[in-house]
Amino acid sequence: MTSPETASPEAAASSRAPLLRMRGIVKQFPGVRALDGVDLDVAAGEVHCLLGQNGAGKSTLIKVLAGAHRPDAGEIEWDGRVVAFGSPHAADQAGIATIHQELDLVPGLSVAENVVLGHEPARLGFTRPAGAEHIARALLARLGHPEIPPGREVGRLPAAGQQVVSLARALSRNARLIVMDEPSAVLDSEEVDNLFRVVRELTEAGVAVVYISHRLEEIRRIGDRVTVLKDGRTVARNLPARATPTAEVIRLMTGRAVEYALPPRGPRPSGDVVLEVAGLGRRGEFADVSFTVKAGEIVGLAGLVGSGRSEILETVYGARRASAGTVRVRGRALRPASVPAAVRAGLGLCPEERKSQGLLLAEPVYRNVSLPVLGRFARAGFVKADAERASVRAATEALDVRPADPARPVRTLSGGNQQKVVLARWLLTGCSVLLLDEPTRGVDVGARGEIYALVRRLAEQGVAVVLVSSDVPEVLGLADRVLVLRDGRVVHEAPGGELDEARVLDLVMEGSRDERA
Amino acid sequence: MSVRDAIVSRAVPGEPAPRKARLAGLLDTSVGRNLGLVGVLAVLCVIGVSTADTFATTANLLIIMTSASIIGVLTVGVTMVIIGGGIDLSVGKVMALASVWSTTVATQSYGPVVMILCALAVGAGAGLVNGLLIAYGRIVPFIVTLAMLISAQGLAEQISGKRSQIVTDPTIAAIASTRLLGIPLLVYLFALVVVIGWVVLNRTTFGRRTFAIGGNPEAARLAGLDVRRHTVLLYVVSGLCCGIAAIMITSLTTTGSSTHGTLYELDAIAAVIIGGTLLSGGRGTLVGSILGVLVFTTITNLFVLNNLASEVQNIAKGAIIVAAVLFQSRAQRTTP
Repeated sequence: MTSPETASPEAAASSRAPLLRMRGIVKQFPGVRALDGVDLDVAAGEVHCLLGQNGAGKSTLIKVLAGAHRPDAGEIEWDGRVVAFGSPHAADQAGIATIHQELDLVPGLSVAENVVLGHEPARLGFTRPAGAEHIARALLARLGHPEIPPGREVGRLPAAGQQVVSLARALSRNARLIVMDEPSAVLDSEEVDNLFRVVRELTEAGVAVVYISHRLEEIRRIGDRVTVLKDGRTVARNLPARATPTAEVIRLMTGRAVEYALPPRGPRPSGDVVLEVAGLGRRGEFADVSFTVKAGEIVGLAGLVGSGRSEILETVYGARRASAGTVRVRGRALRPASVPAAVRAGLGLCPEERKSQGLLLAEPVYRNVSLPVLGRFARAGFVKADAERASVRAATEALDVRPADPARPVRTLSGGNQQKVVLARWLLTGCSVLLLDEPTRGVDVGARGEIYALVRRLAEQGVAVVLVSSDVPEVLGLADRVLVLRDGRVVHEAPGGELDEARVLDLVMEGSRDERA
Repeated sequence: MSVRDAIVSRAVPGEPAPRKARLAGLLDTSVGRNLGLVGVLAVLCVIGVSTADTFATTANLLIIMTSASIIGVLTVGVTMVIIGGGIDLSVGKVMALASVWSTTVATQSYGPVVMILCALAVGAGAGLVNGLLIAYGRIVPFIVTLAMLISAQGLAEQISGKRSQIVTDPTIAAIASTRLLGIPLLVYLFALVVVIGWVVLNRTTFGRRTFAIGGNPEAARLAGLDVRRHTVLLYVVSGLCCGIAAIMITSLTTTGSSTHGTLYELDAIAAVIIGGTLLSGGRGTLVGSILGVLVFTTITNLFVLNNLASEVQNIAKGAIIVAAVLFQSRAQRTTP
């Protein structure tokens, strides 16, 4: 793989028969079209990079490829034959291995057991641990990690070690195509070098690698061709990885098919400082984060997954214990690591994972909304149902939660309305600091507009808002001030209006780990 | 109200729901499941009336109610713990420990009021230890309460020297023998605990938070609930129920003994399960659990009346647990 491919798919097809050809892949989820016509060509022996912002459809595409999702339309051609992978097992059998971002290892099993999981060397039905250890030892040595003991429990390895085991597992399958979803996110630069050496060995042996990373410099180092996804579509395919300028790549990734109705920005807020975060840090996650938020101000945190965005928010909220720094609300230090204290001080959090962290899905809307302030509707511990329902109804009506029946189980509501239920909760408490983590994830376009308008309205009423989102235009459009995060540190701070999407992406993507050292 | 909701929300507008789906929808709701248990109870009564002449007598029905009352009180506590996302395996032996502690010669010398307070304090204390280890020691409830079961048994044996301690105080003995309007006081006590438990679960902030914490502890925590403190309180409540049950069994047998309550925890948990409470927490009804207790006690009674061996009885109980859970999960699957 020396000569970079041309941008023309015809030329690629003529020079080399593609191992994998995906055409017009469509995947519809309730309320969102995750893939809307994706094309991908991967040739044997190449490193094919997949680029796109969060939500562009990369993860869904990999899941389709790995047999975890069935596409609603489109064609997958594997080794010259049209195929349909009905299950991850089928894809595995065909020779496609995937290293997912959230590692799918069994923490209680040993390194060797994980490596051979599903195809353990066995005789007459009895496993042969020595055989498994032998295989694992050979693969780990090949990956440059002979020091990882094959007998060690995987759960006790550091993240980078687990990544290596995951890679060894993919190698043990003798896969012909290996998908790597952000494999470098938990590795330091030396380990990245090792990873790249293995990737080159693999491609020299004719294995194809689909490589996903947000770090452009890595893509230049290891990649052959690039396919760019945006809003579930392929916007450019088979670009030469080394020769395409950064500006071009970023231009392809940005810009939106759908323009969200962002409410107009008001005058710059000039209220008192409500939230004061000083030198906040958590070992291994983020360090030295300081910022203040005035009443009526919206401060946005922009950064990639893993940059420490959500962790910062949860630490401010007391859901994680800070290893350094303080959080003050109206000048008074918050009791560390206590959510009840944070809520009493006027903080509210809309968590990142709405369903698992935010809601009691089986319970009705009103019980979800009143949860933090149930005591307010109670006398001597007895809940006054009428008062509770009336207050909840006022809050849900103010947010236009549909359907309007507060007795409905939350799980029957759409994503946008579920988010409004979480927001209604903090509207009801009358919080003075609102922490929003991915407030529009899984929310359809119409409800997005409503949530934006609501956040702005709350700010105008004097609430201090901290907004975290993977959606860069959302942060830029809503926030009065934006902090750009990379690898757990604030690398840039600017008023929202003075940054553009390309600049933010450049800041969060271009940095390599070496820079920090 | 919840029945109506379930049916209305599942019905496709303009198209009447098929009868089977409607039935399954009904069974999916807590009230529907409880109706199912009432049906089982009715069938058992029919069997009782047709196989034993003495079944339908007032005396026999009071026997059923009295024997249900002690496990019933334990079940109230266990139901709350399970709805709150935990489990309490220690209730039978904590009850035995409370009965032994409150009937030592020394305790008895202070009179009935101290004996009662002692039983309650021992129960609540054991619950407190359970709760603290689970909430702050972060040990899983299964292990903590299993350890409590074993050590409570040991402590009860040590205190009593493995002997039954006879209750000499007439007031304690009178609790079980007193009848009001022909019904034993124990049954009233049972009913009182159930009513209080129901009110706490369904009408108070404590109950609401119990459901929230059992249903999604992370969401409850991020909503600002003090999940750990609440967990401790839940086990204290369960321990208090053990203390009440200890007073009842001490009075009924006029002894305090380390052999009281053996395997009661399993009967209580089984009753909670067939009552439709999710073992994973967050969903369940106290009424279902109590119906579960009544089903079990009635079965025992039927076997005794018909002179059948207790071995067969246990086989039947096991089968009923499996049947009830199969039935419930089937009903849930047909209505996703």
